[in-house]
Amino acid sequence: MTDLSATVERDPSLPDPTAPLTASGSLRRRAIVSRLVDLTASGSALFAVAMLGLVVFDVAKRGAKALSLSFLFTNPSGFAGGGIANALIGTVLIVAFAALIAVPIGILTGLYLTEFAGPRSRSARALRMVLDMLQGLPTIVVGVVIYGLIVATTHLETGFAGSVALAIVMLPLIARSSQEMLMLVPHTMREGADALGVNRWRSVVGVILPAALGGIATGVILSTARAAGETAPLLFVNSIYNPNATQLNIFGHGVPSIPIYIYTNYDLPSQQAVNNVWGAAFVLLTFILLANVGARVLLARSRAKMSG
Amino acid sequence: MTDSSGSRTEDHESVPSRVRIRTEPLPPSVDDTAVNGGRSEIAREAVFDIRDMAVYYGTNCALAHTTLRIYRNLVTAVIGPSGCGKTTFIRSLNRMNDAIPGFRLSGQVLYHNHDVYGNGVNRVEVRRRIGMVFQKPNPFPKSIYDNVAWAPRNLGLRSELDARVERALRHAALWDEVKDRLRDAALSLSGGQQQRLCIARAIAVEPDVLLLDEPASALDPVSTAAIEELMHTLKSRYTIVIVTHNMQQAARVADRAAFFTLDLTGPERVGTLVEYGDTETIFRSPKDTRTRDYVTGQFG
Amino acid sequence: MGDRIFYGLCAIAGLLTIFVLVEVVYQLISGASPSISRFGVGFLGHSRWAANFGIFGAAAAIYGTLMSSLMALTLATPLGIAIGLYLSMMAPPAIRAVVGPLVEMLAAIPSVILGFWGVAVLAPFAAKYLEPWLHSVFGFIPLFGEPQTTGLSIFTAGLGLTLMVLPIIAALSRDLFLTVPGELKDGAAALGATRWEIIRGVVLPTTVSGVAAATVLGLGRALGEAIAVTQMIGDGAGIHASLFLPGNSLASRIATEYTVSENKLEIPSLFYLALILLVIGLVTSVLARIISSRFDVQRTLAR
Repeated sequence: MTDLSATVERDPSLPDPTAPLTASGSLRRRAIVSRLVDLTASGSALFAVAMLGLVVFDVAKRGAKALSLSFLFTNPSGFAGGGIANALIGTVLIVAFAALIAVPIGILTGLYLTEFAGPRSRSARALRMVLDMLQGLPTIVVGVVIYGLIVATTHLETGFAGSVALAIVMLPLIARSSQEMLMLVPHTMREGADALGVNRWRSVVGVILPAALGGIATGVILSTARAAGETAPLLFVNSIYNPNATQLNIFGHGVPSIPIYIYTNYDLPSQQAVNNVWGAAFVLLTFILLANVGARVLLARSRAKMSG
Repeated sequence: MTDSSGSRTEDHESVPSRVRIRTEPLPPSVDDTAVNGGRSEIAREAVFDIRDMAVYYGTNCALAHTTLRIYRNLVTAVIGPSGCGKTTFIRSLNRMNDAIPGFRLSGQVLYHNHDVYGNGVNRVEVRRRIGMVFQKPNPFPKSIYDNVAWAPRNLGLRSELDARVERALRHAALWDEVKDRLRDAALSLSGGQQQRLCIARAIAVEPDVLLLDEPASALDPVSTAAIEELMHTLKSRYTIVIVTHNMQQAARVADRAAFFTLDLTGPERVGTLVEYGDTETIFRSPKDTRTRDYVTGQFG
Repeated sequence: MGDRIFYGLCAIAGLLTIFVLVEVVYQLISGASPSISRFGVGFLGHSRWAANFGIFGAAAAIYGTLMSSLMALTLATPLGIAIGLYLSMMAPPAIRAVVGPLVEMLAAIPSVILGFWGVAVLAPFAAKYLEPWLHSVFGFIPLFGEPQTTGLSIFTAGLGLTLMVLPIIAALSRDLFLTVPGELKDGAAALGATRWEIIRGVVLPTTVSGVAAATVLGLGRALGEAIAVTQMIGDGAGIHASLFLPGNSLASRIATEYTVSENKLEIPSLFYLALILLVIGLVTSVLARIISSRFDVQRTLAR
């Protein structure tokens, strides 16, 4: 078929293919440009990580000065003394109550989107758009709204109002992460349950929810961590309280919280007071970063479980 | 992992250290003929001189020690059942496997006597000279013209770009069909046309070698015939290596054929080069029983 | 039967969610109505805000909001895209797995802590080094006027916002670049293109609409940030050209004026400001959705 002894001459005007395979001519310049882009990109990433490190380091360095067991367990006293115990308790209370409101509604909404509404149905699209819009709400707007809704009518700033505001912030996050996690549950699991003739709700509660639990928990943890750090929603609805006393009644009174504590005290003239604020910031930041790391680990594990 | 007389060499920073391990070059191929089929091809230049090449992904050996030569302006077919390392082999020729995590190559791939995996070798330059067309047509979401013109523009070949595009499209047997709609989206073409566009794109930079990884397997018979026809015309300009699982296609198109198969005798499944020679020899009078079994359709 | 209760619960939850949004809009409109009826749309154009005199105008706040947010976006968008490219195309898997989450955690820092740090660390740094240098080099541009001593300015607020917006754009860009099909990148590489050429020719063009949507989302974040901006922007009035002067933003004005005042129009005016913020927030959300869905880009939100 082919005369193997014949060779075909290569067009001499083309570049010589037998030359060494090194960068030459225009490629040298192109390679340099590409390298510069590489450096810029990695430099940007380095910058971002460095900024994170800088903030964390500063907060830790300054906060450590104030940190002690008594700091965590005593209430503030006088003008600048004492600790942040009441604010810690307060934050826990209002965030827990906010979660109590947001988690069930959020998970159920996620369930609605995955179990009942087809992805193209009108209700699903409307709901998803509403969730997107809620997620895009500036948190200060949420605070203003709850002010109008609850505080203006009751003439009282309460921890409860703060919880409702925080719940609105948490809701879209929980709904979305629940929905995403539920969608990851393999079809086979649903079909298996259906084939057994089990009630829909039983299969959801008994099979699907447990499978998606890890991811849903991740969403809950992340949104709780976020709510714990939010200041703006609380500004109008839960910032009037006795700063030196522990307040457990979230329904009748304003409740101290760490973010509001930081926000109201950060620019006080007393160095002692500012130290305490750094301490509070340290505690809050540590909690949030740990929650983030923990949530990620949890998410990776449950994703692996679902696809494994 | 080193072989018999192997010595490890430091890797150029452009080469990830996991990629290659150099061994001492084997003595000039005296034993080539055992694998390479009877006739001596002294008159024709070897574009690739592959010596004892093996490919590993992590600890897993995908391709066992392979030795063969690929000759200029010939169509060399790489045939064999699925999963026997044909794609791994061909992608190793132009360093397209570098990006795969855990990829490691031992032995030598000599291109015009330059080690493709050597120190100081620039990957981009390798691919400029050794082009590739993939199994599934993958035109860019740009116009037909821009698809073909993109790489020449990068290379700085901007003068007479129109002429270059036309030439490439003509040689890919696509010009007549698209000459009036060069600005149309490439994705509006049919599958067969898209693949010919990808061929035009590859030859627009005037490579030395064209590697084709099952270029017609995703196409209908008419388009397949068109692509096969192209092989005959293209080989006068380029050296062509084509992977195909279709034996009849190999018989129609190729001058030489390399038959790979899976070696199941060891603890792992490893791709192995069984026989390499003229298409006539491989298909009419194969030396190895495995080759005979495959080409007569006993398996695979 | 259990199924029906189940369906009912889920449906109620969905309705509640929608109801929340509706209630938000309703509350703002009704709360703002005294101010709307008093000032009308001119509210947006007046820059004077003197609570004691019953004069309320949003223009200065709008100006501060825009300037600080635009500055943040100008800095954060190229940085974010660069980080996205690094994480998706250049970083080895081990580094990608560590740096990616670290960049996302930048977004997890609460605003009040970032603002506090900004006041304590960033503002003095800006006042001592950044602003004077910029003024000396670019002082001929009115933007870079005479720096102040405190460092609390639109400029510093813009820097803080950059740190908040950067991780959003970076994470979304990274996800977008990862969706570019490997075959396209392979095809480009096989043509002898350098990495930058592949990025410029294939990766960026196919993801441009998604990146635009990510930028819009980042903008929404910047526009709505109240706490950190309040802390870092100082408390200035009026509209000035220089970034180095203190100013205020829509959100910061709401935050600083929340105490109950004598003037009957103050609270409704704050509601009016909140209403403007709401519209901005909704518009950016919808815009981001339109951009990404129209061009059929898969969007994953990190938070």
